[in-house]
Amino acid sequence: MTFTLFAEGVVAFLLVAGGVFAFTGSLGMLQLKDFFMRLHGPTKGTTLGIGCILIASMLYFTVTQREFHVQELLITLFLFITAPVTGHMLAKTGLHMHLRFITDTRGSLPELRNEDVGQNRVARPAKARHPWRTRRRSLGKPRLPR
Amino acid sequence: MLGTALMISLGLIVAAMAMNIVRLAKGPDVPDRLLALDTLYVNSIALIVLLGLWLNTKTYFEAAILIAMLGFVGTMAICRYLLRGDIIE
Repeated sequence: MTFTLFAEGVVAFLLVAGGVFAFTGSLGMLQLKDFFMRLHGPTKGTTLGIGCILIASMLYFTVTQREFHVQELLITLFLFITAPVTGHMLAKTGLHMHLRFITDTRGSLPELRNEDVGQNRVARPAKARHPWRTRRRSLGKPRLPR
Repeated sequence: MLGTALMISLGLIVAAMAMNIVRLAKGPDVPDRLLALDTLYVNSIALIVLLGLWLNTKTYFEAAILIAMLGFVGTMAICRYLLRGDIIE
């Protein structure tokens, strides 16, 4: 009885913590200023939130059905492996496309060397540019050195 | 206690998905929309797991793992396309 109550409390705490973490990550993605700031929220907050929710589900089914359910650990492991890879690729894409960033977001471009992007410049996909939107320019460093 | 926590968590996840959709609609560039889609599939996994907890069944577990794997592959494919102009070269 006491153990069941304790497990229920742990599951409830993990559920609420996971929801709050996922909400915080999405709020950061909605509110922050440029793309490289917005990348921080989902890659950390949302991943931790869904880890909390999956572990809560694992605990709940383990306690209620009285046998081990470790399948949720599979999704948790997969997401914890793939989230940094996704964040890295998205940051590389943002650097490659010369997105605008505010001047507080500094940093050199160490990852796009010549051997990474090939000797010739990669053809960019055609951008759908709205006529009333101002011209795209990076406020910090103008072009990356090649 | 568990039902209340489940309702709170469901509400927060749904609000997070609504914010993702707002960013998906107004994101100024392509990588912003890609990031919004990535976060949207992660939140949808959380929503499916919460549905499984609510209905007290493990039927939807396979849907969650399928969304996880296909979402990762899709994000990687679009990143490759934007980065190299080609997916498989």
